[in-house]
Amino acid sequence: MNRRLLWPALALVALLVLNLVVTPSFFELRIRDGHLFGSLVDVLRNGAPTVLIALGMTLVIATRGIDLSVGAVAAIAGAVACTHLAGGGDAVTGMVLALLVCAVLGLWNGFLVAVLGIQPIIATLVLMIAGRGVAMLLTEGQIVTVDDDVFRQVGAGFVVLPVAILISLAVLGGVALVTRRTALGMLIESVGVNPEASRLAGVRARTIIWTVYVFAALCAGIAGLMISSNVNAADANNAGLWIEMDAILAVVIGGTLLTGGRYSLLGTLLGALTIQTLTTTVYTIGVPPTATLVFKAAVVIVVCLLQAPRGAPVPRREPEVVGS
Amino acid sequence: MTEPLTAAQPQPLVDLRGMSVEFPGVKALREVDFRLFPGEVHALMGENGAGKSTLIKALTGVHAPSAGRITLDGAPVSFTGPAQAQAAGISTVYQEVNLCPNLSVAENILLGREPRRLGAINGRAMRARAARLLGRMGLTIDPASALGNHPIAIRQLVAIARAVAVDARVLILDEPTSSLDTDEVDELFRIIRVLRDDGVAVLFVTHFLEQVFAISDRVTVLRNGSRVGEYDTARLTRIELVSAMIGRELGALAEVERRTGDRHAAPTPLLRAQGLGRTGAIAPFDLDLHAGEVVGLAGLLGSGRTELARLLFGADRADTGRLLLDGRPLRLRSPRAAIARGIAFSSEDRKAEGLVTDLTVRDNMILALQAARGWARQVPRRTADELVATYVERLDIRPADPDAVVATLSGGNQQKVLLARWLITRPRLLILDEPTRGIDVGAKAQLQRVIADLAAEGMAVLFVSAELEEVVRISDRIVVLRDRHKVAELSGAGAGVDEVLELIASGRTTAEVGGR
Amino acid sequence: MTALAVPRVPSRFLPVIATFVVFVLTFGAGSVRYEGFASGQIVANLFIDNAFLVVLAVGMTFVILTGGIDLSVGAVVALATMIAAATLRAGWPAWLTILAVLGTGSVLGLGMGLMIHKLRVQPFIATLAGMFLARGLCFVISEESLSIKDPVFRAVATETIELPGEVTITYSVLIALAVVGIAAYVLHLTRFGRSVYAVGGSESSATLMGLATGRVKVGVYVISGFCSALGGLLFSFYMLSGYSLHAVGLELDAIAAVVVGGTLLSGGVGYVVGSVVGVLVLGTVQTIISFEGTLSSWWTKIVIGVLLLAFIALQRLIVHRQRDL
Repeated sequence: MNRRLLWPALALVALLVLNLVVTPSFFELRIRDGHLFGSLVDVLRNGAPTVLIALGMTLVIATRGIDLSVGAVAAIAGAVACTHLAGGGDAVTGMVLALLVCAVLGLWNGFLVAVLGIQPIIATLVLMIAGRGVAMLLTEGQIVTVDDDVFRQVGAGFVVLPVAILISLAVLGGVALVTRRTALGMLIESVGVNPEASRLAGVRARTIIWTVYVFAALCAGIAGLMISSNVNAADANNAGLWIEMDAILAVVIGGTLLTGGRYSLLGTLLGALTIQTLTTTVYTIGVPPTATLVFKAAVVIVVCLLQAPRGAPVPRREPEVVGS
Repeated sequence: MTEPLTAAQPQPLVDLRGMSVEFPGVKALREVDFRLFPGEVHALMGENGAGKSTLIKALTGVHAPSAGRITLDGAPVSFTGPAQAQAAGISTVYQEVNLCPNLSVAENILLGREPRRLGAINGRAMRARAARLLGRMGLTIDPASALGNHPIAIRQLVAIARAVAVDARVLILDEPTSSLDTDEVDELFRIIRVLRDDGVAVLFVTHFLEQVFAISDRVTVLRNGSRVGEYDTARLTRIELVSAMIGRELGALAEVERRTGDRHAAPTPLLRAQGLGRTGAIAPFDLDLHAGEVVGLAGLLGSGRTELARLLFGADRADTGRLLLDGRPLRLRSPRAAIARGIAFSSEDRKAEGLVTDLTVRDNMILALQAARGWARQVPRRTADELVATYVERLDIRPADPDAVVATLSGGNQQKVLLARWLITRPRLLILDEPTRGIDVGAKAQLQRVIADLAAEGMAVLFVSAELEEVVRISDRIVVLRDRHKVAELSGAGAGVDEVLELIASGRTTAEVGGR
Repeated sequence: MTALAVPRVPSRFLPVIATFVVFVLTFGAGSVRYEGFASGQIVANLFIDNAFLVVLAVGMTFVILTGGIDLSVGAVVALATMIAAATLRAGWPAWLTILAVLGTGSVLGLGMGLMIHKLRVQPFIATLAGMFLARGLCFVISEESLSIKDPVFRAVATETIELPGEVTITYSVLIALAVVGIAAYVLHLTRFGRSVYAVGGSESSATLMGLATGRVKVGVYVISGFCSALGGLLFSFYMLSGYSLHAVGLELDAIAAVVVGGTLLSGGVGYVVGSVVGVLVLGTVQTIISFEGTLSSWWTKIVIGVLLLAFIALQRLIVHRQRDL
């Protein structure tokens, strides 16, 4: 599509080829009981929550923001749904309730950023720290296990492909559609590139910023439901731990700059898949899986090196005016 | 006009010969000569884009000149940055004071040169030294107080103290007075005189005429990157100075005929400002804008012309007076409210406040229309394409590619994109703040023609420009601003450049000349 | 105009004073509610239990003062405990182990600093990479928890110093306090320290003033890396083990302590002493919650979040007031 997608795409292809060389069966897909299995499917399934959260993060970052609280929000979503189920509630109500709570949390973040004008990184740090506490408060510090067929579908179900993949793709498609079919995408970029010019053109920046934080929180909520559904439990401490970092990384690898402006949903998808494939690759080539983090660090550094010449954020400095 | 000085004088401390500075696509400075003598205050004058900052930056090593040479005290020099220039005795104090508000006054003066004892900074000695420096300038600021707690005027003086602390032989003051009130300016001038009498060469950039005559010994005027002349202040009149700055652009646009004849202003005003004003920006003024006429806003940089325009659009909020639209009171809380009522405003700073440079021509053009509709109701693609195509053609935007990223366009075409953005909203009142600044002559003529056509079609246009010829040529009425006051309103048909020049330059206030 | 000298409003001290007031209030609340809370030993325990966090917060203060952030500190602490445990197990003498740990931390900090300065990578991303790297190296060394049996480490860990009033403290406390003292000296009495504040106040101004902003920006990450490694050593004295999952999320505690301690996250304003009081506030909250049997530990996080919010709000107010001048 464009140059910015080149590097993430190349990285992904390189990883896939590496896998193919090490384990020739990597690309094999089998159908059993009408379900599709294979390493590639696993990559997609395990990466689904990251993809979701990274999508929300992409829009937030496009407005010059960042949302550190998504991991905690994911944990809260799982906690709300599971405690509702454990209390004898119905799965659908539980999930709707969870997403409603997430929307409120998104509104809170948006309020701090758009209305109070607090730096996004700090504003969302509050919920990042307090959110885990809230999740633990809901589960009373226990790992709440549930056994519900409907709820299990979200993370572990299959409709040919794992349901988690389908949900992520649906959200991706939905966002792509909404940002293209409405003016949301353009207005997000316009606010991200030049907030003052946008204000003078009559753009309601506040509404836009609020929208993206709510959207990010909803994505985090769905991801949280997936994570807890996958293990049939809500683990307030560990669900979605560091997923915000993976998501930010995915966005950056995907070519969206942390300084806001032009974003690429496709790039983010590629970024998230690269990270997930990396994790899988490390596993398949026989390195202890725990060393994945070292490789992730290497990827960040390489990406930064590649982006450095053109994508370097300019330090705080008044814009230079030619002439005058 | 006064003859440029050629009289024999002592050797200049700073001597610039044939300086040229080029940026991609722009010649910011063309073969400019400039001399600065020890013990003089030398004013550097010119409108936006004249090349004042570029000249200073070329002198202090921020920009590398493409041609020309600098000698300091007779010896050729070339600096690679402000630090080097500072080491050679050339200190600069910028308009947006470059100090650290979180540190104390003493630290700001002596940062990097703090007195030390046994390796540790000696706070007491530092404060004492700072107090001495401030005292020499006749200031009694507490050196231990935080800089951020002081008003901007004091910060400016602290910046000067810092510049002087390095034993500067040349002190460059880049628009130091733009945010100071009269008393503060007097104080600044007192200090400048003290320094001058010590033999420091002071280069003083300003756009206030009074100040030039109050403080400077000599004046150099720049226009469009070229030197217009070097004058002895004592033998220069205001009118000469103003016409050197903004007057007569020689024959460049002679082919754009004056075309106000075929326009008919509506009898009742579309927008009426009564006693509208904002403290520190523009004194309360009355102004009527009629459909079908072009009102020109003339005045020097800093006269309040941009501030006036911004009030009419709600970009800033007025704190006195009121606005009437079609005779009904109108409160503008935001630009959004103004746009909803058919007012459009194209900012003078098209990069910072106008264009979204990373987006395409199409996106930039429909931004205001889209914003008015809200994000949920996208302007249909076909409508957008038609609108964009219409204005690309009408305004002759090149390249005629709606998907081109705006940052890649030339200044003139960027300006046209911005104009198109507002025309697409079908405004009743179009406010254009320096739409022709920094663009080439051809594009300028095209824009002027478009503006005339729009008025003929019944739009009300408020046209702000730094170029007097241009204002006089296309306006039906001219409003003259000086020192943040509206001083006159002239009928364009009767007004000549000379008359407006005189109003801008002198203190004379005419009653409304001509009227409607 | 010459008389325009504004009366000295110590607004820059306001956040630190507020932090101190919050500390006194929380501690006072604990004293009123629980018998035996208001003892010297409880205060000493605050220092003993949080010595490593004090050191981390000091390093973080340097970074945040320049307007940066360091996400790697928790991971570097874990790495430090792992290196210590592994090298001691391999028979290295204690002094060599300590040097190796401190060296590793500083080099990691140097790497991140260079990435930020030379490649202009945002601090957030650069230190995120550092966090992944350090945490990953832990796992490479060992996935198991390694206990430390070295006599020197054990001695430092267990020996206590008797203070008047039957209060005892550990050597870690002394080390932490020494770090605080040195940091305060560096920040306030050296040119490097003042440049840290200048860069945080306005980096472009600092450059125009001819300060070596690059060296400052790299330097603070080296300091933070060093402090993280030292904090890691104190942590290994405290736990007497090395483990890859030690100190997970500790960077958030360090950041919270610094912010609650009155340092502006946008840089330029703050004091190490504030950060120390910030650590004490967090420690007191934790102590109260452990005294209150019925309150569960997660309240700690919620309270820290609320405190963080309160201090951010306070800072906004102060910044607004200054801008209005």
